[in-house]
Amino acid sequence: MKKKTLLIIITIFVLFCFVVLLKGLSNSNTYVPDTKVGKQLLSFKAKKLFNNGEVTSDELFFENKIYLLNIWASWCVPCRIEHPNLMQLSSNPSIRIIGLNYKDDLTNAKKFINQMGNPYSEIIIDKDGTISIDLGAYGIPETFIIDKNKKVLKKFIGPINDQSLKEIESLLK
Amino acid sequence: MNYLKFITLVIFCFFSFFANAENINTKLLNKISKNIRCLICQGQSVYDSQSDFAVSMKLVIKKKLEEGSTESQIYEYLKNQYGEWITYDPELNKNTFFLWLFPIFIFVIGVWLIIRKTNFYKL
Repeated sequence: MKKKTLLIIITIFVLFCFVVLLKGLSNSNTYVPDTKVGKQLLSFKAKKLFNNGEVTSDELFFENKIYLLNIWASWCVPCRIEHPNLMQLSSNPSIRIIGLNYKDDLTNAKKFINQMGNPYSEIIIDKDGTISIDLGAYGIPETFIIDKNKKVLKKFIGPINDQSLKEIESLLK
Repeated sequence: MNYLKFITLVIFCFFSFFANAENINTKLLNKISKNIRCLICQGQSVYDSQSDFAVSMKLVIKKKLEEGSTESQIYEYLKNQYGEWITYDPELNKNTFFLWLFPIFIFVIGVWLIIRKTNFYKL
């Protein structure tokens, strides 16, 4: 009787471990950080790309508009892919696009903008990557949709594609 | 001559104080970055990784230490930015209670079994 109870307990335990491990197998083992949706952006100060002036986040996000903060670099291939979509978005008057140039050579960054067009109403520089960490980003391209209270409405990891464009446009309605 | 000795002592103390302060900050920076996960190369800590993200993360931690932030304030800041998973040392909460309590549960059962099997009370 005692042996039977022990056998049942061991079987239940083994089954339990099996189910937990099996469930773990189906989960992705690549971690994507919690999106900062609904959270407030931390304040920051950055240099501008086209003149050496400094600007604060309060000065950047001041209008009663939706803001799109896009982290990009001239050396980033997916940034080139998403650029036409940003150009398309820039024609929409209800959104302001801010560019954050990430760890880039400034001459190359300027060349990139001159060749591909400038969808940004302001471009700021993140020379050492610390502003991106304050924003909660970990790679590029990354895009944040922000309201005038600096609250993150949505975050896109990776290039802006047709699907993301539709989502952004639906937020603007 | 005594005056010269005094000046030398002051200079020596001045430099050793700053060298020591720098050393404490470096030790703490290394300790924190060893406990922070690199999100680009996810098997490595920020301390071990040379990815752009890890390099920037080390700079941010260094800046925070220089500004006077404590170790726990830095962990809080990083958890707020990237979630609980960023640290290698998970806190006890509803998602991790099983992880923390299960070893204790197994230990208690083990002790109980040893006591029963070895007739501990009769020894």
